[in-house]
Amino acid sequence: MSYARRALAVAWKDLAVERRSKETLNALVFFSLLLLFVFQFTLGGDRERLAAVLPGVLWLGFVLSALLALGRTFLVEREHDCWEGLLLAPGDKSAIYLGKLAGNLALMLVVEALVLGLFVVFFDIDLGRALPGLLVVVLLGTLGLAAVGTLFAAMTANVRARELLFPVLLLPVQIPVLLATVKATEALLLGEPLGAVGHWVKLLLAADVVYVVVSLLTFDVVLEA
Amino acid sequence: MVKTLGWLTAAALAAGLVMAFGVAPREVTQGNVQRIMYVHVPLILASYVAFVVLAVASLVYLVRRDPAADGVAHASGEVGVMFVGLGIATGSIWGKPTWGTWWTWDARLTSVAILFVMYLGYLLLRGTIDDPERAARYCAVLGIVAALDIPLVHFSVYWWRTLHQPPSLMKPGGFTGSSSILWPLLVNLLAFILLYVYFVARRARLLRAQAEAIA
Amino acid sequence: MSVEPVVRIIGVRKVFGLVAVLDSVSLDIRAGEAVALLGANGAGKTTLLKILATLLRPTRGAATIAGHDVARAPEAVRPLLGVVAHGAWVYDDLTARENLRFWATVGGLDAYADDLTVALAGVGLERVADARVRTFSAGMKRRLSLARVMLARPRVLLLDEPFAGLDQRARKWLEGRLEAMKAAGAALLMVTHSFGRELGIADRLAVLAGGRIALDTARGTLGPDDVQRLYAAHAEESA
Repeated sequence: MSYARRALAVAWKDLAVERRSKETLNALVFFSLLLLFVFQFTLGGDRERLAAVLPGVLWLGFVLSALLALGRTFLVEREHDCWEGLLLAPGDKSAIYLGKLAGNLALMLVVEALVLGLFVVFFDIDLGRALPGLLVVVLLGTLGLAAVGTLFAAMTANVRARELLFPVLLLPVQIPVLLATVKATEALLLGEPLGAVGHWVKLLLAADVVYVVVSLLTFDVVLEA
Repeated sequence: MVKTLGWLTAAALAAGLVMAFGVAPREVTQGNVQRIMYVHVPLILASYVAFVVLAVASLVYLVRRDPAADGVAHASGEVGVMFVGLGIATGSIWGKPTWGTWWTWDARLTSVAILFVMYLGYLLLRGTIDDPERAARYCAVLGIVAALDIPLVHFSVYWWRTLHQPPSLMKPGGFTGSSSILWPLLVNLLAFILLYVYFVARRARLLRAQAEAIA
Repeated sequence: MSVEPVVRIIGVRKVFGLVAVLDSVSLDIRAGEAVALLGANGAGKTTLLKILATLLRPTRGAATIAGHDVARAPEAVRPLLGVVAHGAWVYDDLTARENLRFWATVGGLDAYADDLTVALAGVGLERVADARVRTFSAGMKRRLSLARVMLARPRVLLLDEPFAGLDQRARKWLEGRLEAMKAAGAALLMVTHSFGRELGIADRLAVLAGGRIALDTARGTLGPDDVQRLYAAHAEESA
């Protein structure tokens, strides 16, 4: 009971801080707009080429904004040494992890919905029937990304060259998630049903379970003095 | 003890060389170039051994908090990354004359390359944390996550694309090559695993001496 | 009052890289006793405080709080501690009340609204309870941290420069609160490099210099000038 309350308190705190400061969210919205320009300039107006690379580009957008968002998640804890307070909180630290993960997941899903909306409008994509399947893939992929991202963000929060190290550690580990989401998105956008990408969905599920369980079990060690 | 191991390793490596050049037959289509396999395959397989040992040592460290376990993990990371790096290099040298290219994004090459960058990150993380105890903890977590990620990487990359000739040693239906290839390969594999163990023993001892000198 | 000290530090050594910040520090604090730990910048006062707070592990030696080893059983130690460290542990975008409620919940306490109001009133922040902490002065943030500690009623209080950044009124108030906690049986360790108000509450003075406790004496009737002279003698002799 107290475990759930502590996790909720952390998630609520992170979202309240973000809702009021809008620091990360504002930057990410602006960043996604810029990405749109970059993609348009590099891909040109060729519809066919665009359709071919769209799944990859879409996930590139998601991953880049995730790197920015997740990399900052423990910054707020450093400002007035709140990190020390979390360290000294008695009880299971994985509650803090769960709270952070929930907050990050919520933030990333908001940004991803926004990026997806921008893509639909500016690249004139017809999501149509693909949408429900796409939601499943995005949800599972984002969970995997956020699960490891939150763990690694905690590990790199107090390390030299944090901004550099975080993506360098996160990206190789996340390659299974990236391959699965890109390939599944590709198939879904081509009009295939979710069942046709069942193996990718299973891989994502397996990855999510592994990542979340390992993070829950090891977060105590990360948040140790 | 470590010294004996060193001589044993040297002997095994020498035997491996003799086997690779003397005993193993000249491959019909690829010619002598194919003999690089006797270095390439053992390097890659020994690096997998290193990464599994790294994960187990990490787990042991987290449970027992024994700096010796962390030393084994640390040394295994360094030797493993070196072996994978050399494995990729020898693979490239082999690939150029046979496939006509240094590199191709096929499934196994890609998985091994991912492993290489993943564990390079592991060494980077170690290098950026000053407090040895914290470095040990964080690296242990990363070592466990990375090891569990290996099967995920393999499956995803395999589904993503596959061009490579099927694995030559362990595949469904058993080994199909002749024993004239198998024995030289096994001797070299043993030699490289011994080399890995020897390196780890030396490196772990050095790390312990370093820690004692500081404390 | 128990005779066994609540806080025991035995031969603690702490090495950062190649530098031994603490060499061999031993110090006891009993329940209801307040110790002021003096020392120059970089003498290792904050390091010692962090070791007691289970934020750092000693390289050698041991420290126990109520019989629990701080390095080996930090989970047993943490519920007993109240820590006011260098940072105030506040989130700028939460209100004072929200901050207090957050730390109480994360600390596993039942954060009753009445308790929060009382704690905020106790530190004189009741009128800004629902204002964001971003608008607070350094002294107000410090008072908020003190409210957090008071809410938890710890057995051992670890305070890093508790009087720094407080105005005259707040100092007097804090003195009163700390006296009350002492009377209730809490052990206090106050770390400072100044000769301020801490000395008024302290039952004992300890000087940290050269990685060791250079002086450990009952305050008795020592006046500020005597303290200053003693401090200068011991701090410089060992440095």
